[in-house]
Amino acid sequence: MKTTITVNGEARALDLDTRVTLLDALREHLGLKGSKKGCDHGQCGACTVLVNGVRINACLSLAVMHDGDEVTTIEGIGTEAALHPLQQAFLTQDAFQGGYCTPGQICSAVGMLQEAAQNWPSQATQDLTAAIALTDAEIRERMSGNICRCSAYPSRLAAIRDVAGEPA
Amino acid sequence: MKAFTYERAADVAAAVKAVAETPNARFLAGGTNLLDLMKLEIETPAHLVDVGRLPLSAIEPTADGGLRIGAMATNSQVAADATARARYPVLVEAIVSGGSAQLRNKATVGGNLLQRTRCAYFYDTAKPCNKRQPGSGCSAIGGLNRNAAIFGASEACIATHPSDMAVALTALGARVETLTTDGSSRTLAVADLHRLPGATPQVETELTPGELITSVVVPPPPPGGQIYRKARDRASYAGGLASVAVAGGQVVLGAVAHKPWTAAQAQAALAGGASHAEAAKAELAGAQDQGRNAFKITLVGRLIAAALDEAKQGRGA
Repeated sequence: MKTTITVNGEARALDLDTRVTLLDALREHLGLKGSKKGCDHGQCGACTVLVNGVRINACLSLAVMHDGDEVTTIEGIGTEAALHPLQQAFLTQDAFQGGYCTPGQICSAVGMLQEAAQNWPSQATQDLTAAIALTDAEIRERMSGNICRCSAYPSRLAAIRDVAGEPA
Repeated sequence: MKAFTYERAADVAAAVKAVAETPNARFLAGGTNLLDLMKLEIETPAHLVDVGRLPLSAIEPTADGGLRIGAMATNSQVAADATARARYPVLVEAIVSGGSAQLRNKATVGGNLLQRTRCAYFYDTAKPCNKRQPGSGCSAIGGLNRNAAIFGASEACIATHPSDMAVALTALGARVETLTTDGSSRTLAVADLHRLPGATPQVETELTPGELITSVVVPPPPPGGQIYRKARDRASYAGGLASVAVAGGQVVLGAVAHKPWTAAQAQAALAGGASHAEAAKAELAGAQDQGRNAFKITLVGRLIAAALDEAKQGRGA
């Protein structure tokens, strides 16, 4: 089935079996191996990408559902020469060990910061009508859809806190 | 995953028509539950009609001071809605306690209501399950049933409904608006949307085949506090062992039955002047455990009393 998805700013024409997930389209058909397949069931977050600016699990979406959408993967977040502030913060804070979950973690954090800036509430939000302050509890809760088996959670929290610029 | 054909519906009427006219067709909205089940070949539709881009995502006030939520609004959009945050905190709290942010960003309101049980035997295609394969038996009875129902179960099925949002919507007295295959619209209370399992646990709702939920209408909020409390094995991103929504005089329980469980006995006891602990006890007189889930009876008693205490203090009012 013919589908055109704009990936990292470039329109990509695809002709795919309907069963191909967005994740497999990115990895296997477009060669963008940054997004990872961890559980393939929406439980680990390693496949997190931004679709029209919003973070989702690419494994739980069909590529054909995204005709005309704008998808941003880790390859579109920053480059080696010009790292995204979150990528630099992850390096500075040593926020990974295996690295397998890292692209999903960074894409998730990019989406999370935008959600918080728009005052989207979380389970950690005490006052649903006040502006969101990204406390450590808020960051942890908002990042709970990304699992890391190396357990670099404390340094990842520090990295995200650095970029969020909010009081701990 | 089994092969299937796919189409994107041009409008609401065309979507309903397409599902009605195509054998073994299903609506596809966010897909976070359906595609997961298709990967496991628990769901095997031959045709998907994508309704995700239909103009059914508006969240707008109703003339009487309530809120109409389009069925294709994402869970996140509802939780972020200023009116929902100010007037329906029980709904927002319930939504943000479900899934992860990534899932809530994709999952729709209609899909949330129609998500399927997380019973381990429903997911294990090597084991009998009356819901997955009618007549094959219930492996959860006498099996690993820690998450099973304590209210309204049957000899055919002891599964629970996993939605948090539906529990809050039931407490708020919300109704769903639908479009049926004959082109007519109707509404039914969220409280009446889901069925108890009885002898046909594979029939989970009162919707007719091909009927599409188009919106959810929440009446004006009741006076008093609103609370959603959920107990689970992890602090975040885990299904509930039990939950409770309190709004006005309504007390509704989650993850304890095949549907959001309106705690009618507790409500009646409260109306009669009972204490919060007495009200919980009145409800639990009708509970029946399955062995491994016996802890839920103690847990639910404490949840009901604690939530009523908090609501009385005006939290969420």
